[in-house]
Amino acid sequence: MNILEASFLSAVLTAMTPVVLAALGGLICQVAGVFNIALEGQLLWGAFTAVVFSHLTGSAWAGVAGAMIVTLLYAAVLSLASVTFRADPIVVAVGTNLLALGLTAFLMRQIFGSGGTYSSPDLAGLPTIAELGLDVPVLGPQSPLVPLALVLVAAVAWWLRRTRSGLRLRGIGQHQAAAAALGLKVGVYRHGVVLAAGALCGLAGAQLALGNVTLFSEGMSAGRGWVAVVAVMLGGVLPWRVLLACLLFGVAEAVGFRLQGVGLPQQAADSAPYVITLFALILAGVAARRRPKEVS
Amino acid sequence: MSAPATGTTVAAGGEPEGRDSGSALGWARRIVLSTPVLAIGGALVLTTLVMLAVGVDPSLAYPALFRGAVADGNLEYTIAAFVPTLGMALAFAIPLRAGEFNLGGDGQMAIGGVTAAAIALHLPMVAGVAVVLPLAAAALAGGLVAGLSAPLRTRLGIPAIVTTLLISVPAVSLASYLVRFPLGEQGTGIAQTPPLPDAAHLPALAGSSYITLGLPLVVLLTAAWLYADSRTVLGYEIRATGQNRDFARYGGVAVNRLAAVTLAGGGAFAGLVGALIVLGPPYRYVDGALTAPGYTFTAVAAVLLATARPIAVPFAVALLTVLQVGGQGMEREAGVPSQLTQIVQGLIIVIVAVFATVRHLRERRGAGA
Repeated sequence: MNILEASFLSAVLTAMTPVVLAALGGLICQVAGVFNIALEGQLLWGAFTAVVFSHLTGSAWAGVAGAMIVTLLYAAVLSLASVTFRADPIVVAVGTNLLALGLTAFLMRQIFGSGGTYSSPDLAGLPTIAELGLDVPVLGPQSPLVPLALVLVAAVAWWLRRTRSGLRLRGIGQHQAAAAALGLKVGVYRHGVVLAAGALCGLAGAQLALGNVTLFSEGMSAGRGWVAVVAVMLGGVLPWRVLLACLLFGVAEAVGFRLQGVGLPQQAADSAPYVITLFALILAGVAARRRPKEVS
Repeated sequence: MSAPATGTTVAAGGEPEGRDSGSALGWARRIVLSTPVLAIGGALVLTTLVMLAVGVDPSLAYPALFRGAVADGNLEYTIAAFVPTLGMALAFAIPLRAGEFNLGGDGQMAIGGVTAAAIALHLPMVAGVAVVLPLAAAALAGGLVAGLSAPLRTRLGIPAIVTTLLISVPAVSLASYLVRFPLGEQGTGIAQTPPLPDAAHLPALAGSSYITLGLPLVVLLTAAWLYADSRTVLGYEIRATGQNRDFARYGGVAVNRLAAVTLAGGGAFAGLVGALIVLGPPYRYVDGALTAPGYTFTAVAAVLLATARPIAVPFAVALLTVLQVGGQGMEREAGVPSQLTQIVQGLIIVIVAVFATVRHLRERRGAGA
């Protein structure tokens, strides 16, 4: 197996892009001091709404827009509950994740008439970059959302580092009371990042359901939202490190998929991304322990 | 890497006592305005709206749900489903009392179930031991799987909510692999073990074909937990840790050891549930049969609904089991997808989280004034 083969790199990009987009949402929440574990449910919701809007309008881009808007509205449940009513974001997220699983499976039966998997030749998927007439190596068979995800990582890194609002957001995460004392509207920033994370998860779901494949199946997020949570824990508040963690997941999934072709049991291939992200988390934790503690 | 503060309001802090108790009216007011009643009411209202939005007639759906849970022979199914759900509720509640979230119940249950099946199939044993040994081994296996998360939490600061979930997926896959290949029944093409020997069957209770000795066993263990939680030093230390970890540590509680004890204890219950399912009808491990009914998250919703009152856990479990089993009846009779019950559960969790906090804040404000 040549890991520099174009098709392998392409598989890695395919596997990592939805996770990158969701993890960016988790990252901006983390920067603002909100531990957002609702990504899994929002990713699933994004995938579902993308397919529904594409099915209704016949346009994949309408699917993308619809997924972003509806998932942003769905994230408003978390933002209202945890920021306005100060409910525990972890418990609320456990609820919204379960709710997303139930609602998508329920609505799927109502809208498409059956459960399990919905796919149809009429369902419009995202065009590939090659189909759009651009001849780019590796990225050719990918949807335009794949390079967009990488651009967004750079944009978020720049925003957090170089803009006034990015600096303020970091200030809120580091010391909420101090930021509030300086006159920052902490609640507004937190609402903003939770809602933006929802829109990003909508985008991630659209890429998963209309870019990676062209179908919706129940529970198709399959833990990617949790991998995104881990990527944020691994990367801390540094976008490039979060991207690296997502790359690790993408490689694990692509390798697992390849090895399945040469006789590795499917169960092992399915677990590989989780086992590898878990090990990365443990290694990072051990490394953090070895470092001398900062005086705070 | 910093561990987030876990929710003390729903974990162990609980609901403040009402101020206007005493009179009959005050009592009625307290019950109607209590978080669980508001959560269930709110969830049902929102669910009804979902039904109306998609064109389902609630006046057909709800009676079908009720009949599906308690009418005819269905009550027996409901009681049979109550047992694993109550067991999984303890798997979530025990660590939650110490402030740790165990969302990996599926994996712990699957490993417990596969351990029980392997022992029952491959160790020839006399009656009696043939039931007890698989149950004990499954509890041990489930406890070990959940216990893995303890050092990750206490030494590396990785929240248990993340590691239990991450470990759960490979654990379910491992069980699925074992059931398909090394332990699988040859020649049928179905992913299941061969039927277990008669000696390993959990005895059914008199007059029932689905309710086994698992019911009294889990009820007894729940009673033991309730006693331990409210009347023993260990229970007190666990609650203190859940309410304020730093304060408990300052008071001399070995908080890290308690995290391990509660996570492993919760996992042991999940493993035991796996074994109870496998040693009960149809007396074999069928791949997916343990995780598909969604006991783990029904239990999570029930425990959160109980709002830090352990005694309320069995009642919340009973209520949500009725909803869960009734949901399947509703699907058969009224053609309403049974996923509706997942919607209700998700809504209950969100509403409980909001109300518990709002009350908590209002109470603190009231006390300060």
